[in-house]
Amino acid sequence: MYSKRFDNRKLDETREIEAKVGIIKRADGSAYFRIGDTKVIAAVYGPRELYPVFLQNPEKGLLRCVYDMTSFSVTDRKRPGPNRRSIEISLVTEKSLLPALDLSQFPNTVIDIFIEVIQADAGTRCAGICAAAMALADAGIPMKDLVAAISVGKVGDKIVLDLNKDEEDYEEGSTDMPVAIIGNTEEITLLQLDGDMNKEEILEALRLAKKGCSEIHKIQKKALKEKYMSVKENE
Amino acid sequence: MGDLLVKDKDIVVPGEELAIGMDYLPAGGVYRLNDKIYASQVGLVSISGRLIKLIPLSGRYIPKKGDLVIGKVVDTGFSGWRIDIDWAYEANLSMKDATSEFIERGSDLTQYYDYGDIISVQIIHVSGSKIIDLTMKGPGLRKLKGGKIIEVNPTKVPRIIGKQGSMIQMIKEKTNCKIIVGQNGKVWISGLDPESELKATQCIYKIEAESHLDGLTDRIKDFLEGKNV
Amino acid sequence: MNEDGLKDYISSLISKNIRIDGRSLLDYRKPIKIELNVSKNAEGSARVIMGETEVIAGVKMNIGEPFPDTPDEGVLMVGAELLPLSSPEFEPGPPNPQATELARVIDRGIRESGMIDVKKLCIKKGELVWMVFLDIYTINDDGNLIDASALASVVALRNTVLPKIEGDKVLFGEHTKEKLPLKKAPLTCTLVKIKDKIIVDPSLKEEKVMDARLSVAVSENNEINALQKGGDKGISIEDIEKMFDIATEKTKELRKHLH
Repeated sequence: MYSKRFDNRKLDETREIEAKVGIIKRADGSAYFRIGDTKVIAAVYGPRELYPVFLQNPEKGLLRCVYDMTSFSVTDRKRPGPNRRSIEISLVTEKSLLPALDLSQFPNTVIDIFIEVIQADAGTRCAGICAAAMALADAGIPMKDLVAAISVGKVGDKIVLDLNKDEEDYEEGSTDMPVAIIGNTEEITLLQLDGDMNKEEILEALRLAKKGCSEIHKIQKKALKEKYMSVKENE
Repeated sequence: MGDLLVKDKDIVVPGEELAIGMDYLPAGGVYRLNDKIYASQVGLVSISGRLIKLIPLSGRYIPKKGDLVIGKVVDTGFSGWRIDIDWAYEANLSMKDATSEFIERGSDLTQYYDYGDIISVQIIHVSGSKIIDLTMKGPGLRKLKGGKIIEVNPTKVPRIIGKQGSMIQMIKEKTNCKIIVGQNGKVWISGLDPESELKATQCIYKIEAESHLDGLTDRIKDFLEGKNV
Repeated sequence: MNEDGLKDYISSLISKNIRIDGRSLLDYRKPIKIELNVSKNAEGSARVIMGETEVIAGVKMNIGEPFPDTPDEGVLMVGAELLPLSSPEFEPGPPNPQATELARVIDRGIRESGMIDVKKLCIKKGELVWMVFLDIYTINDDGNLIDASALASVVALRNTVLPKIEGDKVLFGEHTKEKLPLKKAPLTCTLVKIKDKIIVDPSLKEEKVMDARLSVAVSENNEINALQKGGDKGISIEDIEKMFDIATEKTKELRKHLH
């Protein structure tokens, strides 16, 4: 029985979150996102030229995502370069952001998103999506709304919000479900599950995800506005 | 009935609700969903009458017909040149739009504009798939010799130019520099010495950084006059 | 601006002893910021910001077999990635020649100076030694990735602690208080020649118009442990001698940042 969370959080409480926008000067848009001990950065370049030509779409721009982890972001060193996991995460990340974007203004071009995990403590793909959404807004790409993502799941016998690594590795059983939601809508754009949960548990977890994403969404908005507020303060 | 949820010059982010009801009309940078108007970019709210639009605070240059831009010659073809105007792809400058001189077919086009030349041009056509055609036939459009090019965020160009060119005119006069501001964020500065070019440069970067704040014109005036800002 | 125009502009300023960002010829960009422990899962890590250039370096350790020709020495592997997020000019993919050069130049400085006391990393001669993996990642490229990476690497190594071992297995994620045994700290100074002037710590625009570049790794006793010349033009022996003198002085200044 999972009675107390490893870090004493409530079942529906996220870890501490930090967000900052405009951290990579050469990028068109960029952001840093930290949730607990998971730290990621994301950069957006585009719209820019797309080669090879057969990939170009004369009706709208293409979205391309690359998720990568530094070798020292994890305790057991990760060999540099893409692996199957990072390739899959790159794909689902792209799919989680695309529904929020309007790329019809950018025919034949590509919007590149690069996500780098600096420190990993579970929930990296969700953190990557949160950072990427802010970076897209920072780059001026027209969006319906920001996309927020968080993991929910079942640890032991409890449905929890925002699993950390200890919870993911819980020996009495752990199911992890990353979820991404577009802003204040109910539109879910990322949904994966890895474990063992029944329908009611999943629906309860999704309610928790909505709550978590809503909190993240507020923090993302604040971070985007803060970029312009700080200039105001330096006056 | 309509409800305005924000004020003019508020900073908003994508997805933020700006107005409820059908009274207000969405223009650039915002969109309507059912009976609400939302922002689609990070920008400053701009309300004029019933029209709500956003002045975006970031984003790469998207070419528009009529824009004056500064470009660089990167290639020549049989009947024209290819120009880099900081769009994803190169724009076309055909022989007939380049000069009023008669250019014979097959002649060496680099005699007129060579690789690396910086030119001020105007966009005469943008196709549906964003293929761009340029012209150099127009007042002030020419090859730019000497001076330097600086790059600014294209969304700040209107502020740098100012109402009816008032801001850029002030900078030109006080620094004694020739300045051409391209809508694509490229600015050509040519002064009598590097120091005055540096002053004009710093001034323009200052406008870029503070474009969303009030009282900018006065602060720039003070900066140009050497007062501490 | 075409490259020639930019080069002329930069040279005209340099001939008056100022650079496009207002620095003097032999000044490093300010501020130089160093941050430790960028990743708690690393055995050691650091972030360095030089002007707007930013890199991070991290160290992971493991145990394994030594190389056959050095049976009683620990192993050092240095990698570098020019992350596509740090510049519009970097593409995803395996390390290209520029990234490979960066890794190997940093490697040489550390290896040839004897910075790491590799003999102390021997656990069982011929069978088991400590392996040190140093990985460098660029975060924002505004020129002179070499010096920023060298500084980040040295700081990361100086703050590296050995992980706990149980028998012949490493307990990843658990650290001892024992620091990586080090002897020296080589730092690199990169100088660039534009027409007939020499400047240090080139920014991105200066790198684009440079004629030649020399990176010099110097350790505390003023010994030069690594040299790497880049750029499309040649340099004279007089230039090189001048550059050695400047590098020795500049690395002394950079060394103050290590404390």
